[in-house]
Amino acid sequence: MNPQFLGRNVYDLDDYSREEIMYILEAAKGMKEINTREYKKIPTLRGKTICTLFVENSTRTRMSFELAANRLSADVVSFQASVSALQKGESLQDTVYTLNAMGIDLYCIRHSSPGSPQLVHKYSQRPVINGGDGRHAHPTQALLDIFSIWEKLGNLKGLNITIVGDILHSRVVRSNLIGMRKLGAKVTVCGPKTLMPGNMENVYDCIVEYDLGRALYKADVVMGLRMQLERMTEGLFPSLEEYSKHYVLSKDTLKYAKANALIMHPGPMNRGVEILPEIADSKQSVIVEQVANGVAVRMALMFLILGGKA
Amino acid sequence: MKTIIKNARVYMDGKLLKRELLIDGKKIALIAEKIKDKADKTIDAAGAAVFPGFIDLHAHLRDPGQTYKEDIVSATKSAAKGGFTAVCAMPNTEPVTDNIASVEYIQLRAKEHGSAKVYVIGALTKQSMGEEISEMATMKSGGIVGVSDDGKCVQNARLMLSCLRYAANFDIPVIVHPEDYALAGKGQIHSGRISTKIGLSGITALAEEVMIARDIMLAESAGARLHIAHISTARSLELVRSAKERGLRVTCEVTPHHLVLNEEACETFDTNTKMKPPLRSESDRLACVAALKNGLIDCIATDHAPHADFEKEREFDHAPFGIIGFETAFAVLYENLVLTKQISLANLVDDLSKNPAKVLNLPGGTLKEGAPADLCIIDLKGHTTFDRDSIVSKSKNTPWLDKTLATRVKYTFMNGKISYQDE
Repeated sequence: MNPQFLGRNVYDLDDYSREEIMYILEAAKGMKEINTREYKKIPTLRGKTICTLFVENSTRTRMSFELAANRLSADVVSFQASVSALQKGESLQDTVYTLNAMGIDLYCIRHSSPGSPQLVHKYSQRPVINGGDGRHAHPTQALLDIFSIWEKLGNLKGLNITIVGDILHSRVVRSNLIGMRKLGAKVTVCGPKTLMPGNMENVYDCIVEYDLGRALYKADVVMGLRMQLERMTEGLFPSLEEYSKHYVLSKDTLKYAKANALIMHPGPMNRGVEILPEIADSKQSVIVEQVANGVAVRMALMFLILGGKA
Repeated sequence: MKTIIKNARVYMDGKLLKRELLIDGKKIALIAEKIKDKADKTIDAAGAAVFPGFIDLHAHLRDPGQTYKEDIVSATKSAAKGGFTAVCAMPNTEPVTDNIASVEYIQLRAKEHGSAKVYVIGALTKQSMGEEISEMATMKSGGIVGVSDDGKCVQNARLMLSCLRYAANFDIPVIVHPEDYALAGKGQIHSGRISTKIGLSGITALAEEVMIARDIMLAESAGARLHIAHISTARSLELVRSAKERGLRVTCEVTPHHLVLNEEACETFDTNTKMKPPLRSESDRLACVAALKNGLIDCIATDHAPHADFEKEREFDHAPFGIIGFETAFAVLYENLVLTKQISLANLVDDLSKNPAKVLNLPGGTLKEGAPADLCIIDLKGHTTFDRDSIVSKSKNTPWLDKTLATRVKYTFMNGKISYQDE
């Protein structure tokens, strides 16, 4: 048990120091080993109850949180609602009051509104892990991304990491930028201007490129982001085809990156839009492994926050 | 009934002078160094200052229709506690104040039960739907002081031109909350550093600026009197400057919150930092302070917008826009701008009294013999804590909740009667 983490919230990575992030990665390494055993379970959180509160659909992330909790022997309850249902009926406040009365020890929340994890903590006075709040933050995704890089390439200091796609709507990018910069990586974000928020350099101390070739130059790690069709109807880009022509990760475009550059994607992928199968399925790709690492990282956080016994 | 205010410093012509002030009935009868008249009541205002009653051009009283947020009684009590003796009621009530009967309801309630004078702003278009011109001339004969669709900014430029021409015909000031809806989109806070950082969708400054540019051009063509509500960006101010330089009848107001807070306040996801226009960048804020100082901004208005706890206490995206403003306005500005010597006390007081009166041609705003006894007595060395129990508005949605700020209102007089007294 490390008292430094006990009862902490994970809203985003800005609340965590470089050393703390490294500590979480080390803990996740231990958890990953458990996931390779025949009997994938340890009794450390027996008697604790973890609630996954998902007010935005996400089967993968919810499963990952629930598996993580199960493997630590915690009891898991799951609350799923659409925003519209919550809008019409019970408020988030009343929902949390109700859940809390049942004795929850830790909340994992996904919500389309930035700042919702803070509200859940305010109403519950229990630790909260942010599983994605709107465009704001997705710290567990960032931790698993960073873990995946660290596992393959070691220390992130000095690495060139390039993230390509819809930066404007991506919570994954925001949390990754915070974490990767803390660990000393040089991060470049790339996408069309209409999908790039203002002030990026200033807020995150990163490099902004609109040209893919320049963005990928000498990259050690390349991360693609999901391009959503609805951005087209919002008037932000003309067609997936045109987007792909300029921003797809392919053998051809990756020739600018380092030869053995690590390929990542938070999923779900649009094959043929932001990434070609030749890259997604290549030897350099850790896309599938990222999913496995997600469970390990979430186990580590739950373990540390609830003070599990090693 | 005669009241003498003794040992005070009275605000006259931009200065605080050692004077005594005699109220006789509804009027200020005498202001002199020594008053020998016998009075029914003597107030010892030692250490305090007497100011003209403040006048707010922009407030939401929520009555009729949303009296769980506020009503005319609670709103005017709240106003009186902040030193205000007159407020303008925006027409976004339920039903919308777009007809003479609704105007008269507000006037009657305020006259019979109000702690402050209430001037009514009529809707610019019927039900503020932005489709047909309201019966503004009839409402004017009933006493409205301006027309506005406020938060339901008319998007159709052709209709807006028509409204401005019609208003000009009857010499009715048109008040606009400039916002291009397509540009504003689903924005929650100012589009800038903080929206990038915390992922709330942004409201670009252009949404305000493009609409101000449009409305100035339309008002010029129509020959209308245009007042721009709660201006908030540096480029908006440049547009107003150029309009004024061309001699157009364009005025503007700014809120206390846009003068002392910037987008950084939103970083905690406190829904009491969510308002329209949003809190802007620091450079926009500084431009507003500079414009207040040099007179480009005509006056201060609160945009008092009460919302119940259950409405504000939710996800940022789903909380309504707006904060209350009467009770905190003077204290917030005195502490943040006067004590820090960014603006003078006279600048603040005039922009809360004389200058708003001038914008909409309202009575009051100065302390002089023969004028209505609308005034407030404020202890500038005192302090006020704005907690749930002490805020008299029905709603508590203010970023200064539980904060203690400089100054304390001791008394407010409206038409010679005490409308607020510090306990």
